[in-house]
Amino acid sequence: MEMSRRAFIQSAVAGGTALTAFGFETAPIRAQAKTLKISRTSETRSTCPYCSVSCGVIIHTLGDRAKNAVPQVVHVEGDPDHPINRGTLCPKGASLQQDILNDRRLLKPQVRRPGSDHWDDIDWERAVDEIARAVKKTRDATFTAKDSRGRTVNRCESIAWAGGCTDTNELNYLVVKTMRSLGVVGLENQARV
Amino acid sequence: MTNGWIDIKNTDLMLIMGGNPAENHPCGFKWPIEAKLQRNAKMIVVDPRFTRTAANADLFLQIRAGADIAFLGGLIDYAIQNDRLAHDYLVNYTNAAFIVKDGFKLPEDGLYSGFDPSTHAYDKSTWNYEPSTGSGSASLPPNVAYDVTLQHPRSVFQLLKQQYSRYTPEMVERITGIPRDQFLKAADLFTSIRKDGDMKKVATIIYAVGWTQHTFGTQIIRTAAMLQLLLGNVGRAGGGVNALRGHSNIQGATDMAGVFDILPGYLKMPAPDDADLATYLKRTTPTSSKPAEWDSYNYWSNTPKFTVSFLKALYGDAAKKENDWAFHYLPKIDRKYSWVEIWDDMYNGQVKGMFAFGMNGVQIGPNSRKNIDALKKADWLVVGEIYPDETSEFWRAPGTTPDEMKKIQTTVYRLPCAGFAEKDGTFVNSARWLQWKNIAIAPPGDAKVDQEILSLIFLKIRELYQQDGGAFPDPILNLSWNYTDPLHRSFVELAKEINGRALADVVDPASGNTIKAGQQLPGFGALKDDGTTLCGNWLYSGSWTEAGAMSQRRGTEDPSGLGVYPNWAWSWPANRRVMYNRASCDPTGKPWDPARRQVWWNESTGRWAGHDVPDFKVDSAPKDHMGPFIMNPEGIGRLFGPLAAFQDGPFPEYYEPIESPIANPLHPSQSTNPVVQKFKTPMDKYGTPADGFTVVCTTYRLTEHYHYWTKNNPMNVELVPEPFVEIPVELADEMGLRGGERVKVSSARASYIAKAMVTRRIKPMQIDGKKTYQIGIPIHWGYRGIAEDAGRTALTSVNLLSPTAIDPNAYTPEFKGFLVKIEKA
Repeated sequence: MEMSRRAFIQSAVAGGTALTAFGFETAPIRAQAKTLKISRTSETRSTCPYCSVSCGVIIHTLGDRAKNAVPQVVHVEGDPDHPINRGTLCPKGASLQQDILNDRRLLKPQVRRPGSDHWDDIDWERAVDEIARAVKKTRDATFTAKDSRGRTVNRCESIAWAGGCTDTNELNYLVVKTMRSLGVVGLENQARV
Repeated sequence: MTNGWIDIKNTDLMLIMGGNPAENHPCGFKWPIEAKLQRNAKMIVVDPRFTRTAANADLFLQIRAGADIAFLGGLIDYAIQNDRLAHDYLVNYTNAAFIVKDGFKLPEDGLYSGFDPSTHAYDKSTWNYEPSTGSGSASLPPNVAYDVTLQHPRSVFQLLKQQYSRYTPEMVERITGIPRDQFLKAADLFTSIRKDGDMKKVATIIYAVGWTQHTFGTQIIRTAAMLQLLLGNVGRAGGGVNALRGHSNIQGATDMAGVFDILPGYLKMPAPDDADLATYLKRTTPTSSKPAEWDSYNYWSNTPKFTVSFLKALYGDAAKKENDWAFHYLPKIDRKYSWVEIWDDMYNGQVKGMFAFGMNGVQIGPNSRKNIDALKKADWLVVGEIYPDETSEFWRAPGTTPDEMKKIQTTVYRLPCAGFAEKDGTFVNSARWLQWKNIAIAPPGDAKVDQEILSLIFLKIRELYQQDGGAFPDPILNLSWNYTDPLHRSFVELAKEINGRALADVVDPASGNTIKAGQQLPGFGALKDDGTTLCGNWLYSGSWTEAGAMSQRRGTEDPSGLGVYPNWAWSWPANRRVMYNRASCDPTGKPWDPARRQVWWNESTGRWAGHDVPDFKVDSAPKDHMGPFIMNPEGIGRLFGPLAAFQDGPFPEYYEPIESPIANPLHPSQSTNPVVQKFKTPMDKYGTPADGFTVVCTTYRLTEHYHYWTKNNPMNVELVPEPFVEIPVELADEMGLRGGERVKVSSARASYIAKAMVTRRIKPMQIDGKKTYQIGIPIHWGYRGIAEDAGRTALTSVNLLSPTAIDPNAYTPEFKGFLVKIEKA
């Protein structure tokens, strides 16, 4: 059985206070175990994605950001420098680590075919190709260049975009650029509701 | 917000209504508490429930959901009757003195002048100012007749006084359920800041979607704004009208025109009658309208610069003077395509395909079953999400049989996206701050960042149009996409494009310096209408200059002590922290309160100066009498909203929700908002008390959960594991119901099942003499989530209950104050 470093230290700690099963002083190890979690992390400044207060958060990741090191989020806490939240977080902000590392996350593209009762996996290239073709087909079949009174309208009323509340300004700008250029008029966002 | 979170600490008095910041904005609520502790500020909370915000209040009043205009109209009446008004502010900074055209009629019978019952719309030609000379025209008159004594019977002030004289304490009690003596206590406290004409004190009004989610939501907020103008509280530290907003970037999504009716920076969408750009600009660029002796900056006169620079950002070299800067690449609209209309159009077969990125439309509703049935009629749905959601799994919503599933022909793509920690870019908080966030880690598995997915799809579509042609390919083929990384895995390039840059050497009018071709613009003052600048959103110009990303700044200094933090991130517009701050000074340019100096006129330099960026023409001397509300063509704050500013009246009038327990006591024959229409599909049913729907239902969020997202987070699910319905003790007693037992709540549309949480936080009310119960339901559960998948819920969604009915100005659905019945399940 392999024992992780952390489990090893924990068992050592559980073993007693001093000169126990290992025959040496465990206090320094305990002290290290206590600070281990964020003492060697990289800090990334971010903003809580929930409400509109915009609490500053610090995301702690293990790993030195070298190209070949896979960082892992070990802790998220309030940013004490942030003038609004000053280090505090609510129960939602305080649980952000479990939002980032969550085994319910979607990991691969899927498709539900007409009439089907299940999801099928689909690779990205095929998904993008099929979606692009569906958009073009719908747009070409329904595009209105001029309305019944002969006025130029250049619109596509059959495709809608529903945007979310954590879309950044830059994403929303890209949505405006692309969707408006397709002629999309049914462009809406959580901001409406 | 006109002001900001930290600025709340500067207030003397808070009215918190239609929002519950203690529970829904917990880390922002420290600032109201700071005002209480440091300034002995008073807090009035008005809410259908005794919330944790209410628990901190000096005075709490329980109101019937949706009755807000009656309460606020009562406050206006009280302020006028007791002369608790900011006289100089009122005369000089609002349109109180403006005279309204002869022929305008107040709504004693529920209707303003000009109503056409066949179209449910108003002819608004009488909702206009009287010109100082001549007979006037269909637009705002350049010179407005006015009377600074405010005595003219058709002055805005006298009309306003007459309108709200009907909102007596007795009427307020009948409509809102707030007993007369409690209302008077609140009215006295709120208006006490203007006792004896003193202008030093300041009150703030704080609200959230408890105000917006009604068929008269915009007019509730307007009533609050009018009250703040009457009391001289707008533009001042510790004052303003402050929308808390509920999500990390819906302020930004509005600014960036993620909604059908605008383009970035609140430019208007083109209409079919805009035959060319000149016609569009003539329609959308206002001309000033004011007393001849006054001045008006009329900042929207810059609309052509904003528009041409936007078109250059979209279409680059393909936007040329000769082709009207590619104006016809943009779609033209002459009807609404708002949220509920998209679903209505899909239900009716017009919308065939939908992209839903981080937007769970089935859960959001309203009338979720209609949205589920609408999706069954679509050809395709593309969902971008980080968790499995109800919208992507509409085809297996609870109750769908295998046979029904086989008949659902919709193709659904579900694409794994990135969470907040996996993407960079800016959010805009409710204080209008743009704050950059950094990438902490890569998305898990095969998930991609949202913008990469959108870029891949768009570039594929473009490739198909290049190969095969198709309907009007020009805007697709010519969309400017000259990026170092065409997939935008970092947002830096787009953020810089949004700020804008010079396309030729141009002169910055503010500094006189030359901005070289290719350089970032210092701000929107440098924009041109001749194609020599590009800018994705004029309102954000200044956010990424030659000096770098202003949104990434982390300066923690606050020299004034007012909580301005001028070097932390960047606030639109122009890094200004309190909007309309010229109004924090008297007409001579001196601060109303020397202890809270924000900006002031410096006679020796001939310029406005301050701790904040002046929201004003910086060299306009007080003697020129330029109005402080520079985005209105009048230069003043509007007590009276002229012409087409609002669909349902130039003043707010109280109307009942679309489903209401009583007929409107002000005018029973015109009970609801006359311009609001019901939807007509078989799924659109509306309940009445006669059908047994007698209980008023409101919906809300919990501190421990966030919309339909944290139901996937084990820690939040542990904190509040199950859905519940808050039910008054008295109603529970009548039903023989005990806490923890299951109840079924039904509207005319569907039912919702959860455990009863019997509470004293909601008391029975007397509404127009009738005993009326309210209940409350938190919104956070559906049919996918940790508790749902574990079989711990009934798999129902709250918005199965809510009706399809929208505000006529902002098109927000009425999620609050609809009718239900309740029984044991």
